[in-house]
Amino acid sequence: MTISIDPQKTNNESLQPKGWLRYFSFSLDHKVIGIQYLVCGFLFYLIGGTLASAIRIELASPMSDFMPRDVYNQVLTLHGTIMIFLWIVPVVNGAFGNYLIPFYVGARDMAFPRLNAVAFWLIPPSGLMLVASYFVEGAAQAGWTAYPPLSITTPQSGQIIWILSVLLLGGSSIFGGINFIATIIKLRRPGLKLMQLPMYCWAMLGTSLLVVLSTPVLAGTLILLSFDIIANTGFFNPVLGGNVVVYQHLFWFYSHPAVYIMVLPAFGLVSEILPVHARKPLFGYTTMVFSIMGIVVLGLVVWAHHMFTSGTPPWMRLFFTIATAFIAVPTGIKFFNWVATLWGGKISINSAMLFSCGFIINFVFGGITGVALAQVPFDIHVHDTYFVVAHFHYIVYGGTVFIIFSSIYHWFPKVTGKMLNEKLGILHFIITFIGFNLCFAPQHWLGLNGMPRRVAEYDPQFQFVNQISSLGALLMAISTIPFLINVLLSVRNGKDAGDNPWNALTPEWLTSSPPPVENWEGEAPLVEEPYGYGKEISEQK
Amino acid sequence: MTTLDSSKEIQKNNSEVNETHEDFRMFGLITFLIADGMTFAGFFAAYLTYKAVNPLPDGAIYELELPIPTLNTILLLVSSATFHKAGKALLKDKNSDSQKWLFITAFLGIIFLICQLFEYFHLPFGLTDNLFASTFYALTGFHGLHVTLGTLMILIIAWQSRINGGRLTSQNMFPLEAVELYWHFVDGIWVILFIILYLL
Repeated sequence: MTISIDPQKTNNESLQPKGWLRYFSFSLDHKVIGIQYLVCGFLFYLIGGTLASAIRIELASPMSDFMPRDVYNQVLTLHGTIMIFLWIVPVVNGAFGNYLIPFYVGARDMAFPRLNAVAFWLIPPSGLMLVASYFVEGAAQAGWTAYPPLSITTPQSGQIIWILSVLLLGGSSIFGGINFIATIIKLRRPGLKLMQLPMYCWAMLGTSLLVVLSTPVLAGTLILLSFDIIANTGFFNPVLGGNVVVYQHLFWFYSHPAVYIMVLPAFGLVSEILPVHARKPLFGYTTMVFSIMGIVVLGLVVWAHHMFTSGTPPWMRLFFTIATAFIAVPTGIKFFNWVATLWGGKISINSAMLFSCGFIINFVFGGITGVALAQVPFDIHVHDTYFVVAHFHYIVYGGTVFIIFSSIYHWFPKVTGKMLNEKLGILHFIITFIGFNLCFAPQHWLGLNGMPRRVAEYDPQFQFVNQISSLGALLMAISTIPFLINVLLSVRNGKDAGDNPWNALTPEWLTSSPPPVENWEGEAPLVEEPYGYGKEISEQK
Repeated sequence: MTTLDSSKEIQKNNSEVNETHEDFRMFGLITFLIADGMTFAGFFAAYLTYKAVNPLPDGAIYELELPIPTLNTILLLVSSATFHKAGKALLKDKNSDSQKWLFITAFLGIIFLICQLFEYFHLPFGLTDNLFASTFYALTGFHGLHVTLGTLMILIIAWQSRINGGRLTSQNMFPLEAVELYWHFVDGIWVILFIILYLL
């Protein structure tokens, strides 16, 4: 069955606000929704970053003198939840996915534009609700993992608001995932084969599969947890005969894939950025595709490596150690492919490229500590210490957030038609890179020496290293300033970018900057070789 | 190939083109049902784990009677068949037949819910009595919520399939097909639930 679009119906343009006002409307344009996701996510990033600064100020001294201990717990819970559910997941999936995927598949919009707008507009209210919960009776205190019995025994109102907010954000994420799968599978331009799609499409397809398969399990789990809190049932309450380990299994069945939901799209984005700025085809396209799908499959069967100290039976430890170690194989393939893409390329050293290279360096570090953490004896030693904190910040900040910034530098000219200032961009990169490594590298040492995470007070012997880490956090906070100045100045006064400032070959650059509402004047172009760099112009067509 | 939506401003050259694309709403619905099924899968996994590793305390009451749930299983299976009949009738442009079958399906759904409530009121345990009781109410309650939503949707499409002025015709089958798929899904979940909860 086909649906015909009536040109008469599409012409009531007076209903939609124009200019910047459309970013505050229930717009159905995928580009507007993408920017809504990005800006909304960045505002929450600023809130989450402020909370992170508060944590590092507290940890500059061994006693809890900057804030009371229960406030510290609320701050770290909000920091984790905001950064994951309101910054990284919406931005790396929702923002770039919505903006780029319709271009890449040669469509005029996403498959379900209304669902798309609904998915975005679920985010601001639930985020505000989460932040506001601090002013009610105190925010949730049980960390972003909300492990029972802690989450059952801490003040209830904050925890319930946390659950509601995460449920809404999970719903938003599922709607987004359904939309991406339908768009990539069903909405491709005629003649465009799956294996000709830019790598970000594959990354988003894999990510969306994970979202659709694992997020509902988290939703079910949180519903059971809220029953435990409100209705006094005993699903996860040992006092009433329940089982806390069941919660951990169900929670990590979502939350381990969530790591890939955060990092796979970044893999896709870096695969778009590197070939453009190295003027070389993406190395090993087919192996890239298979590694993404390999990570998706393996990512679903490794969750219990978060639970090696939860009384896990030996066979389970063995299975999950081996499965986790296997993930290093597809990830390693991707890593070598990126290095091989750079190898012998005509590399431009600009902000986008620098952030991408920073990503590669940080991610290798995070990957190596990840393989180490998969080994049971080592994991038991450093479980719940700062080693784990360092590891996952190397993945989600050093990995994904670096790529978010890289992507902003790369696609800003497309979105606004203006270039960003390169000097400020490079300054932003240098401060971020030094600050990030100064902040998190010492935490490996802290963890190995036994400093537990999520505690406001610590042994005075760790003070000096903690202060180094806090200094790094200060640099990271400062690094936002050149970025913000850069964006705010360039939106108005930036150099004109033209349609294709990077001479890139992927489809979004083949339209004007900023692109027209339906993406293309006339028919969508068929891009059979999105990475055909370094060939004769006649071969490129 | 593309989606042009009514509330968007359109470039001039595009609004001249009357483009068509494949209908992928069913594809989206199937993806959603997979997600929904995963929620149930999580609940089932939790229930089976509890059954395996968490013995109930002495004296906990957890007997279930079989007659009502067996009747409920039959009701839902029959309702799947009657829904199918409604679809067949609509395809042959017999709107009033279709409407009749839809009302029968909705009626069966309502009887199911009444039986479920009857069972709830006559069970010897309450929500917080023990772990089995809690999982029992959570699983059947979550499924019952699905049946309630399904019944409401059936009533809506039954109204829409009326002969004069109804939106549902043999040319516009999608609402009926979508609700039908959802209804079969809910029935399938019930069968699994019945086996795991009552028979195992």
